[in-house]
Amino acid sequence: MALGLALLLAWLVIYPILVVAGDAADGAALREFFTRPGEWAALWASIWISLASVVLAGAIGIPLAFLFEWFDFPGRKTLGALVALPVVLPPLVGVIAFLFLYGESGFIARAIQAALGLEQAPWRLQGAGAILLVHAYSMYVYFYLFTRAGLAKLDVSMLEAAQALGADARATLWRVIVPLLRPSLVGAAMLTFMTALGSFSAPYIFGGGFRVMTTQIVATKLNGDLALAMVETVALAVVAVVGLLLLRRTEGDDILVALGKGIAPRPRPIRRRGVRLLATAAGWGLAVVLLLPHLTLLLVSLVPYGAWTTEILPPVINFANYGRLFSEAERLRPMLNSLWMAAASTGVAVALALAAGWLVVRRRVALRRVIEGLLALPWALPGTVFAIALAITFSVSEPLQLRFVLVGTAAILPLAYLVRALPLTGRGILASYRQLDPALEEAAASLGAGRWRTLARVTLPQLKPGLAAGASLAFVAGLGDIVASIVLYTYETRPVSIEILSSLRLSETGVAAAFGVVLMLVSALVLGFGARR
Amino acid sequence: MTAFLQIQAIEKRWAHTVKIGPITLDIARGEILALLGPSGSGKTTILRLLAGFETADAGRITVAQEDVTTAPPAQRRFGMVFQHYALFPHLDVGENVGFGLHGAGSTEQVAAALALVDLAGYERRKVHELSGGQQQRVALARALAPEPRVLLLDEPLSNLDPALRERTRRELRQVIKRVGITTVFVTHEQEEAFDLGDRIAVINAGRLEQTGTADELYESPANLFVATFVGRANVFRGPAARALGASAGESVLVVRPERLRFAGAGLPGIVRERRYTGAAAFFLVEGDQGERFEVLAEPDAARVGERVYVEATRAIALAEHGARP
Repeated sequence: MALGLALLLAWLVIYPILVVAGDAADGAALREFFTRPGEWAALWASIWISLASVVLAGAIGIPLAFLFEWFDFPGRKTLGALVALPVVLPPLVGVIAFLFLYGESGFIARAIQAALGLEQAPWRLQGAGAILLVHAYSMYVYFYLFTRAGLAKLDVSMLEAAQALGADARATLWRVIVPLLRPSLVGAAMLTFMTALGSFSAPYIFGGGFRVMTTQIVATKLNGDLALAMVETVALAVVAVVGLLLLRRTEGDDILVALGKGIAPRPRPIRRRGVRLLATAAGWGLAVVLLLPHLTLLLVSLVPYGAWTTEILPPVINFANYGRLFSEAERLRPMLNSLWMAAASTGVAVALALAAGWLVVRRRVALRRVIEGLLALPWALPGTVFAIALAITFSVSEPLQLRFVLVGTAAILPLAYLVRALPLTGRGILASYRQLDPALEEAAASLGAGRWRTLARVTLPQLKPGLAAGASLAFVAGLGDIVASIVLYTYETRPVSIEILSSLRLSETGVAAAFGVVLMLVSALVLGFGARR
Repeated sequence: MTAFLQIQAIEKRWAHTVKIGPITLDIARGEILALLGPSGSGKTTILRLLAGFETADAGRITVAQEDVTTAPPAQRRFGMVFQHYALFPHLDVGENVGFGLHGAGSTEQVAAALALVDLAGYERRKVHELSGGQQQRVALARALAPEPRVLLLDEPLSNLDPALRERTRRELRQVIKRVGITTVFVTHEQEEAFDLGDRIAVINAGRLEQTGTADELYESPANLFVATFVGRANVFRGPAARALGASAGESVLVVRPERLRFAGAGLPGIVRERRYTGAAAFFLVEGDQGERFEVLAEPDAARVGERVYVEATRAIALAEHGARP
């Protein structure tokens, strides 16, 4: 069974990559890649955009985490939850919300244009700056959440010990707090780097002539130059792996685990009235800025086609777009497609992760490291890499090589979502399995419960937090996916993200926004459900 | 009469070096047997072999003449109380106790099991709201509710604070005796084994050293390990042993502190420490050859620094290794 699972996972996550790497290794495409300056520019752009995203996201997320974890001011709890809101925006939805808000014909540009009586929009939201803006907005959350979790694990007696040994606040920060936070910070940096490197929506919508590797690959693939696309894919994969390895070297051991759990410092109230008012005002101001994309999306979704041209505020507001979404069969279909494909891939990913958890944690099979590594691997590579790899591997019928024609069928997108879902369900379920006291399952067995009854009544209820968290993340990722979808979709199986893009192309902004709102609400609901204790 | 629960030459090997057994034990119906040994001695493994969580590499386990050696835990009908209780945190007390029950009448059975451990009416309580002692009793009620053939307890009292331990121990024994269930429990504390067990099996390094009642183990230990692990013991060798009356063939003499007394002649030494316990005092004496031993005597029997002579009122002669000569 362990061997079966390892082989299945290898077929899903490694085999397609090997096929692409093998095909890319020979041929003229390799030479073409090395000689065309555009390729190197895109690769370099991917790298520096990702590094800059890490720096920007850290610069916003870390101070916010300290503010909300250490200081008390009116509205701290509510605001602390609001700050994590960008998470409920699927990447593409976040990008179009930014387009409607800060784009050259967006809400703010239009307001400034009208206020100052300008002839043209005051700016164009395009190029590297626009991409970085979106990345900073959507990725600071990783730093914010990781740093808060790290701070919550700090033992207050360690800080007191530092003070008792004569360290002032600054020495305590640099010599105690920062070293202890390092694993959290590196974790957030790795997540941000990977997300930025794999980011597709923002460069696709805002890039213009500015290409990063993900958009470059998709453009090459759409041009029909498969051989070159494969070489580009391998190049991106190599950057991802090298980047991860370099970041990982700075991680160090998780010292806090070794020392056990302490009591986190309690938030200190801000005493001075002026400062407290300022902090409160800044907090609420921030909340408004963070909520603006969501609100803009909602507003645009309520404006019927062609009704909003040059006015600052839309002249007409109604639910016409939503009506069209649910009454027109051709618009309802992408919604249903996305829902069933995300649900199916999540279900299979949960089942595989449960089997892996049992084999790795309970049975401690010889292949446990292999299984764990295979589960985590898709996280280490950008989604575009897998999309191209699956597109190449499953477009020919070679049953002896375990290659089947799946591209163009209803199975390929769920399969692609499944690969991306495995690290999410795997991580959640394995972590929960490790915390599950084996005596609970033994107790059930000694009380006469068979294997399935034990699974249903003891194991699954105990794994629920990790399972729900992993499954909800996987479902939301599948629901909002664009990276794999844009490479692999067919008209019949087109998901919501593709429908949003084509609506935008037809200037049906209201319908695109309505789709975005629905995605956002479903994502928020599912994530909220997954985070419930 | 044949034993109700029989362990016949059972063995379990982990690596090449770690081996449990072969161990043979007969346990009568309704008997409480303690598996006593230091940590790492293999006593918990024996319990887990009985429960079916581990499978034996050799040997047989039978209960009422039925071979259960390879039966899965769910089919053995053995109740188990785990060291940390392993109560299901997502279920309430009643659901925990009813977990092993099926069908009609289980509500009454849950109530009866809870009443047995003096927790009547606790059905809807959450597990984490209970104190450590209450959790232990819920775990006992849960194990007993399906009316198992054998009850297994893994260090049942080790998670309680010392003050509570003694009372819980007595209550535990009362409940077990009232139900009349054949019981095997694991402990590393001699006092617990003496108090709770009808018979005690001393386990060391995977081997069964001796089985017997508390009196038998204390008064006639089979070897030096049992003599020193069960109760306090002074071990004398060579001239010191002969001074206390050992014959030429006997190499080691074990004497309990209360079996030594100060006298006009015998083994000479100097009192180095006196530990007062109220009713009596322990005197730490250093002999002329540097051997140190304890004497339990009246609090005013000697003074620190005083030169004394010690004689044994009862001594146990043992070989250096293995069984008694």
